[in-house]
Amino acid sequence: MTLDWPTLLPLIFAGLMGLAILIYVILDGFDLGIGILFAAAEDAEQDTMIAAIGPFWDANETWLVLAVGLLLVAFPLAHGTILTALYIPVFLLLVGLILRGVAFDFRAKVPAGRKHRWNRIFFLGSVIASLAQGYMLGIYVLGLDVGLSGMAFGALVALCLAAAYAAMGAAWVIYKTEGELQKKAVLWLRRALVLTALGMVAVSLATPLASPRIFDKWFVWPAMLYLSPLPILSAVLFAWLWRQTFHLPKADDRHALTPFLTLAAIFTLGFAGLAWSFYPFVVPDRLTIWQAASAPESLAIILAGTVVVLPVIIFYSFYAYRVFGGKATDLTYD
Amino acid sequence: MDPLILSRIQFGANISFHILFPAITIALGWMLLFFKLRYNATGDTAWMRAYFTWVKVFALSFAMGVVSGVTMSFQFGTNWPGYMETVGNIAGPLLAYEILTAFFLEAAFLGIMLFGFRRVSNGTHTLATVLVAGGTTLSAFWIIALNSWMQTPVGFEMRNGVAHATDWWAIVFNPSMPYRLVHMLLASGLTVSFLIAGLSALRYLYGDRSESMWKALRTGVFTAAILIPIQIFAGDQHGLNTLEHQPQKIAAMEANWNTGPNVPLVLFALPDEAARENKFEVAIPDGASLILRHSASGVVPGLNDFAGNHPPVFPVFWAFRIMVGTGVLMLVVSWSAAFFLKRRHTLPKPLALVMVPMALSGWLATLAGWYTTEIGRQPWLVTGVLKTVDAVGPVAGSQVALSLAVYLILYALLLIAYLGVLVYLALKAAKDGDTSPLPGVLDAALSQPAAK
Repeated sequence: MTLDWPTLLPLIFAGLMGLAILIYVILDGFDLGIGILFAAAEDAEQDTMIAAIGPFWDANETWLVLAVGLLLVAFPLAHGTILTALYIPVFLLLVGLILRGVAFDFRAKVPAGRKHRWNRIFFLGSVIASLAQGYMLGIYVLGLDVGLSGMAFGALVALCLAAAYAAMGAAWVIYKTEGELQKKAVLWLRRALVLTALGMVAVSLATPLASPRIFDKWFVWPAMLYLSPLPILSAVLFAWLWRQTFHLPKADDRHALTPFLTLAAIFTLGFAGLAWSFYPFVVPDRLTIWQAASAPESLAIILAGTVVVLPVIIFYSFYAYRVFGGKATDLTYD
Repeated sequence: MDPLILSRIQFGANISFHILFPAITIALGWMLLFFKLRYNATGDTAWMRAYFTWVKVFALSFAMGVVSGVTMSFQFGTNWPGYMETVGNIAGPLLAYEILTAFFLEAAFLGIMLFGFRRVSNGTHTLATVLVAGGTTLSAFWIIALNSWMQTPVGFEMRNGVAHATDWWAIVFNPSMPYRLVHMLLASGLTVSFLIAGLSALRYLYGDRSESMWKALRTGVFTAAILIPIQIFAGDQHGLNTLEHQPQKIAAMEANWNTGPNVPLVLFALPDEAARENKFEVAIPDGASLILRHSASGVVPGLNDFAGNHPPVFPVFWAFRIMVGTGVLMLVVSWSAAFFLKRRHTLPKPLALVMVPMALSGWLATLAGWYTTEIGRQPWLVTGVLKTVDAVGPVAGSQVALSLAVYLILYALLLIAYLGVLVYLALKAAKDGDTSPLPGVLDAALSQPAAK
């Protein structure tokens, strides 16, 4: 492999796309998770939970637009293949995101009597979007093969990803709230962790079993040795977080952000494992990132803009989170 | 069922639903900035009440625009994979720049603009408003650049059936781009002006005579009265540009079947594509020649020059007439209202009654205009490069039918809910008038952040 631009550019864009997906999953993960947890929360708690994500959700969802945008612009062949194969789950994801997104605003603006209806729609949209994403992950892992057993596996991953998002949501609530709601969120986190762990194990086992190529990438010496930190570290973090749920919240609210950061780390490890499994393919076992990539001159002009703009985006995103830092208070338009 | 037709209906429904909301947010962002700057300058709290009423409409419209926009970015792949495979090298960077320079900017500062009043200084809040308004406008810039390139593609070469960029400056500022951009930005300004004027007129009819109602009403009416003649001029220029670059579209807009001089301006007709003639035609002799060529003997292109390669005549012809008709109505209504407000300092009830349904006139004209130009581009998806029929994906018709049906129901319900909330917010503001407790920020000194 020679290191010239036509080789490097698709690689860089695969990395950027992976980064965008990871950031999306972590950031919108807690938004969607809070939507899922709506089912278990009281009216007043729901308002606080919305206040904990209200100023951020829009920017969080933009990372999905960036991820699918990068897939679209950098790997147009893969974009078409993947999205036509996943037509119905993508459609459900979009319906879920539409319902979730508009419910945010409607619930705060309709006459008081109608608020309940939009709370339910908010829950429903978040659940549909999370399940659809999980299902898509499951089908993708199996190489976009949609037999009956594939669909069953997709359904399992769907449930587990929804649970993982619920865990993220609970962790965010622990960080952004106090008192009874915070204590409740600790319990939510513990329950959701069980399914999250199950999901990660299921995906980790299914990926190599579904593809001999991926099996060979993991289970050969010495790759096994270099890769062993991924599963071991994930397991340690899971166990540690599980123990923490029996001690939170602590006095002075110490470590309120720790569960969220731990989960983000676990997500990152899992994502790294997936990336290793599928590299260099963007459509599993069919299209590599080089086969699917746009022309180098088009990638170059996007990269030039990205290099300048992405740090600025990250900078002002941090600024926005800082402005709304601290415990969530009621959101008002003044 | 034919996936091509279903996919077209689905994309058309989706983009029609989507454009309603950017048409509002692009200009409403600047309108909110105007309210805020007036408040900063005068200290008159009525401006701030107007701001708080309309910032809610902005937030809701923005959310509707975001969710329907996300849907479209996926539909390129789910329904039109041939599009990106053929022109992805050009469409890709333009879309990427929209996401990078505009989407994130809007999304990140929207939170501060909506909820950050007490958490940042007044200057920072004003800056956030500027950045959000600027972001929506920048977003329009990139999308219009791409759309115009699809209408009048330049700056590229075809290699093995795939478009490759050769001159980015020419691609972005392609021949129809400046005209279309100006036309759309003005359309957004008019949409918002009539929306604000119409909902203020509704408050007026319900007996609201508060200062914030008057201020919003005047802002809406005067902005509309100023913008509409500019828009008519810009639209005419856009038409002449289309005549130069897409004559087949002009031929369809005018339902002119045969190239020649002394072409009449058809006011009413039922174009019959099978017989290639107009039924029940009412026309002004030499009108089209005069408008398009500034001479009665000017030669206007006819559809006979583009046999088998021109857009469907009936929808283009009528969409164009609906747009122009709505524009004329806008001129009459906004100038009458401006006259009464300026000279008589009042608004006659019958005029207010007309202004309420006119609140949606901008939507009607914008949709009709987009139908004219987009259907007018058919059978091409990218003029001369890619036909719509060649871009559609391999998805089964039944799946597209299912998604289409659900989208249509969803959009209809959301539209009803949206309009319901607009009316509810207006009536609530009418009931509260200037007597409602002021939003918290107005009690405290505006420049002092309350948090931390």
